[in-house]
Amino acid sequence: MSSPLKVALIGNPNTGKTSIFNALTGLRQKVGNYPGITVEKKTGACSFGPDLNATIYDLPGTYSLNTTSLDESVAVEILLNRRDPDFPDVVVVIADVENLKRNLLLFTQIKDLGLRTILVINMSDRMKRLGIEIDVPSLESSLDTRIALLSSRNDTGIEDLKAILSDYKSISDQPSLDITDIDKAYFENLKTTFPKIDAYKLWLAITQDVNFMPIEKKVIPDRSAFSTKSKSELQKMQHRETVLRYKYINNALKEGYQKDLSKADGIQGVLDRIFTHKIFGYLIFFVILFTMFQAIFDFSSYPMDAIDHFFASASEWIKATLPSGVLTDLLAEGIVAGIGGVVIFIPQIAFLFLFISILEESGYMSRVVFLMDRIMKPFGLSGKSVVPLMSGMACAIPAVMATRTIENWKERLITIMVVPFTTCSARLPVYLIIIALVIPEGRFLGLGYQALVLTGLYLLGFLAAVVAAAILNRGLNIERRSFFMIEMPTFKPPQFRNVAITVFEKTKSFVLEAGKIILALSVVIWFLGSNGYSDSFKNAEAEVIQQIQQQGLNLSDEELSQKISSYKLEHSYIGVLGKIIEPVVKPLGYDWKIGIAVITSFAAREVFVGTLATIYSVGEESESTIVGRMALETDELGKPIFNLASGVSILLFYAFAMQCMSTIAVVRKETNSWKWPMIQLGYMTLLAYLSALIAYQTLI
Amino acid sequence: MTNLLELKIGQKAIIADSIDERLPVKLMELGCLPGNEVQLLQIAPLNDPLYYLVAGNRISIRREIAGLISLDL
Repeated sequence: MSSPLKVALIGNPNTGKTSIFNALTGLRQKVGNYPGITVEKKTGACSFGPDLNATIYDLPGTYSLNTTSLDESVAVEILLNRRDPDFPDVVVVIADVENLKRNLLLFTQIKDLGLRTILVINMSDRMKRLGIEIDVPSLESSLDTRIALLSSRNDTGIEDLKAILSDYKSISDQPSLDITDIDKAYFENLKTTFPKIDAYKLWLAITQDVNFMPIEKKVIPDRSAFSTKSKSELQKMQHRETVLRYKYINNALKEGYQKDLSKADGIQGVLDRIFTHKIFGYLIFFVILFTMFQAIFDFSSYPMDAIDHFFASASEWIKATLPSGVLTDLLAEGIVAGIGGVVIFIPQIAFLFLFISILEESGYMSRVVFLMDRIMKPFGLSGKSVVPLMSGMACAIPAVMATRTIENWKERLITIMVVPFTTCSARLPVYLIIIALVIPEGRFLGLGYQALVLTGLYLLGFLAAVVAAAILNRGLNIERRSFFMIEMPTFKPPQFRNVAITVFEKTKSFVLEAGKIILALSVVIWFLGSNGYSDSFKNAEAEVIQQIQQQGLNLSDEELSQKISSYKLEHSYIGVLGKIIEPVVKPLGYDWKIGIAVITSFAAREVFVGTLATIYSVGEESESTIVGRMALETDELGKPIFNLASGVSILLFYAFAMQCMSTIAVVRKETNSWKWPMIQLGYMTLLAYLSALIAYQTLI
Repeated sequence: MTNLLELKIGQKAIIADSIDERLPVKLMELGCLPGNEVQLLQIAPLNDPLYYLVAGNRISIRREIAGLISLDL
């Protein structure tokens, strides 16, 4: 059997390209990254018969080959480079029936590259309602291609497309336009300089708006030859090109495409007026947001608790069943706990992407972007940053993943860099316990101090995100020529299959990619916490028993084993580390025990509470016991360790510090470099340290 | 010369023949071509961005770009 046929799907955003990709490939999909960049590369397998297999490439959505974003350049890069291993044998341009004219612009550009090009007209189920009639054979001849009328919603037409694809050799690869019509003299000149290179490809390379990709270096060795035209002259030529393309399209559509203009879709206008209304628009948005958080916090807490219990009991079961030893401990406390730490996020991530993909599929998300853009703009963010920032209140991990909808790299990067400031659910356990300890229960204007402080911390997180964004906006020197433009797609009910596949793919990619790193770090922390080199660590049990006997205490078995594990932790590598960093955390008002908790909670913030519980030898069964025990903790002078000053210092530290290796892992994945997560870790930790320091030193 | 910024909500106009050379080609590709009809559908709070229906396409752009498109009224 020969190697599979390579079929590239390309089309404007919102044309249902992904639905067609899903229909062709089902779950036989692979999502990866294009080398060196973060644009998703989606491929899938499909067969058209017993001996014709194909690999389908879902290229990023684009309006044109004149690219303005990274996603779009990827598509152009692949289509321009015949030597690229992903270079397609056939290109399928997906158009939607309502915006056929505009979609055909991309079609003519692809055809001009000299590729075999098929046209799919999607959403044909809407034709009747929109008053559109299409004469397929007539359009096929005027556009010099094969056409499949398809409805991904009703699952019709996919077989037609497959039939056309299986006969791909007969499809025309002739260009639509003669590109030299733009400016005969200019292109004549180009041709004599570069006789071997296709004129349109040269033209594309010359006029690339964005130089993310070294396209021109590959196609054209020397740029100096076309400095004959200034930038503004080139732009005028591009404008002329667009006019020519539309002339061609209008001509081609004259015979085969009729639209009855009286059948406007009135309901769309009404929906739009409601959803983008100055008051109702925001009201609806906040109701949706509220419902979303309710779902993420409340609904997912049940499966999360179940997962938590499952892994805890799995860990216990392993300890009880397998012979005791280092390997069993590693399995039970390192690996199983580590996997649990990954799996626990699945419900929140799945819920979040369920909502986001429904909002996106229905066309609503563009309205939110429209409403919020002006408010976000002064901070170097875009309307498209709103959803990630809000999601960050559940968890920064899915929030960072949600930034993928932002096309502009600078705006996306800033969003990623500030998202971890928003108060995620993992901060909550830390906040609750410290607030209970150091903030008095009194009331101010009928509002409890404790509740006020908690609300203040949420606001502080949001404020920090916005201010950091404004600073990054000035400081980051990333060239961006793209401008804000968003299409407002027509409202349509979301398709179940697309939503389900999105949720599945996003969750899977989190578990596999970020999960690897989380698991590895958990094992490292487990190792450091359960091993030590000193004699005190090795003889922990004997020494603790000896101490107890000297003090004449009478402890239950449980209390004794907690004492031992606390003693062990004190003398483990992490305990030693805590002692080493004590001088660093001392100015913040922390002792070495809090220092350890800060270190271990680097795995995840909520670990802070668990670590303190272990150190202070209390069972985790009730928070009040930990609070009570912590309140008794004193320094050498007999003053309480947890006082207002050190408490506020801890709160501020956790409000600002990155303290979450899962986030680092996901930022590493989304930015495809260690540079950004390290900068983020650095500046957030610095801010956390300084603010905690100032707070402690002023309050003490 | 009037431009897109001067439209009132619901008002329609025809895009003029002269094209500002700074106009991103992408907007022309999305239908902002001379002779095409454009209608202002909605203005976001704080007057930015603006939401237009142009040649059947629904797009939202910021004021700085909208000001580049001139109209025949």
